[in-house]
Amino acid sequence: MKPAIATRSSATENVINLEKVGVSFGVASALVTALAETSLRIAHGEFVALVGPSGCGKSTILKLVAGTLDASQGHVFVAGREVGAAPVRIGMAFQNPTLLPWLNIRDNVMLPLKIVPPFRRGFAAKRKTEYRDRVEALLATVGLAGFGDKFPWQLSGGMQQRASLCRALIHDPTLLLLDEPFGALDQFTREELWEIMQTLWIEKRPTVVLVTHDLKEAAYLASRICVMQARPGRIIEDSVVPFARPRTVEASYEPDFVALTQHLRGRIVAARGNPQAAA
Amino acid sequence: MSPTLRRRLFSIGCILGFFVAWELLCLAFRVSELILPRPSVILVTMWADFPAILPHALQTLYTTLAGFGLGIVIGFLLGMLIGGSRLAYDTAYPMLVGFSSIPKVALVPIFVLWFGAGTVPAILTAMIMCIFPIVVNVATGLSATEPELQDVMKTLRATKLEILWNIGLPRSMPYFFASLKVAATLAFVGSVISETVASNKGIGNLMMIASSNFDVPLVFAGLFILAALGVALYVVFSLIEGRVTGWSVRSDTFSTGG
Ligand SMILES: Nc1ncnc2c1ncn2[C@@H]1O[C@H](COP(=O)(O)OP(=O)(O)OP(=O)(O)O)[C@@H](O)[C@H]1O
Ligand SMILES: [Mg+2]
Repeated sequence: MKPAIATRSSATENVINLEKVGVSFGVASALVTALAETSLRIAHGEFVALVGPSGCGKSTILKLVAGTLDASQGHVFVAGREVGAAPVRIGMAFQNPTLLPWLNIRDNVMLPLKIVPPFRRGFAAKRKTEYRDRVEALLATVGLAGFGDKFPWQLSGGMQQRASLCRALIHDPTLLLLDEPFGALDQFTREELWEIMQTLWIEKRPTVVLVTHDLKEAAYLASRICVMQARPGRIIEDSVVPFARPRTVEASYEPDFVALTQHLRGRIVAARGNPQAAA
Repeated sequence: MSPTLRRRLFSIGCILGFFVAWELLCLAFRVSELILPRPSVILVTMWADFPAILPHALQTLYTTLAGFGLGIVIGFLLGMLIGGSRLAYDTAYPMLVGFSSIPKVALVPIFVLWFGAGTVPAILTAMIMCIFPIVVNVATGLSATEPELQDVMKTLRATKLEILWNIGLPRSMPYFFASLKVAATLAFVGSVISETVASNKGIGNLMMIASSNFDVPLVFAGLFILAALGVALYVVFSLIEGRVTGWSVRSDTFSTGG
């Protein structure tokens, strides 16, 4: 089966709207175009996966939406307003571990509750009771029960990554930006977390943008997959994932599913081209 | 015996060995007490003159701690300002460098002119001595904050103040405490300089008078007391440092002690 090309959702509902966005780094003599004339609309409650070769600008797109990076050209709208202005609750898991080294895991995960309204009200009173339980419960779902008192350096890379994921989820974000959140995990933990993510998405329906190198992961989790190419970074394909939910790991071995991942793989191989010749 | 214990004992042995060697060499070469008194003589002097030395030692401790405290407050605030704002950095940094190149002893007469001889100039000189390393380190610590950590806060729509409080401050603590250990010893230098030049109290003044009386063992007793006070203050701040910034050296006592 060939996945259909996505039709764009109605403009009013868009949580994310990139309009002809370009991002370049460096000075004119050595300009790196990370993103060229990219337009992308993501509707409320969609689960979009971004896939593509390394360096094609996936993280750049997430940073634009998160508001930590400014576009060189074009506009970035979040919830209909220029990025940064909208009162959207964002949860972001970064590609690199960014836990604060001076806080233990519990306080790290609790950080958004300290900053983001409405949780910040009464934080001092609730941090030892309600919020503490909330953090412990979330840590337990990702297999980190009992690690709240540990410091980031005492955790393995994969454990740190799961703690980061908890920090992205703790404040019930309506917009989730996940940059390779399962990259450092073994296959089985990863599949467990897919299931947890899927359940969470079905229950709370946040808008999710997931960056991943794992095509099976993209096809399992996402309702829509954007394939990107590098140099210059742009979106070359935008397809809907038609499979019914809840999806299971077993289903990911069925012919339709395999056909989709193989099709994606073909597009990325083509997009990579010949790196030697391109350089 | 654990390796750390053995290392400790070994270093204590070496330090004691230094004084023993001093004692023996003075005895062997019959060095006059007017040139270099033996450690045992110095200790005896310290013991015998204790009632006379104590008020001076307390005075020096008082002026040093007062100057150090002022220096911490002012240095920390100045460091935050310089590390947090480009404009403040560009204006204040060159001025600070210039200021710190001035020999502080040259400032004492000015302070005496303004405030009279005695306690106040000693406190101010101690303060002046210790401000510079604190400012530089706090500013460095703030600017060493990883942009990735700031991005974590920015995606949560944190204000500048919240970022400073939750990221900048904790991040600069290791730098701050490193500077305190230097500043604590510098504060002693400052107050003793001032006491030597313009005061009738304090270890500096005691040593001045003792040396004009050729009471060399008493001069050295003063030095020993200064060194001991300096070491004590250093140790206090090392201990606090371990509690507050253990995360930066990943110490086990930090994680278990909370
Ligand atoms: N701060 C920066 N300064 C200069 N160039 C940058 C910077 N950040 C990213 N780039 C460039 O922008 C391009 C896209 O980077 P980006 O991080 O978005 O890639 P990515 O798709 O996330 O790759 P990966 O899958 O390896 O994480 C890369 O070619 C990179 O060299
Ligand atoms: Mg990336």
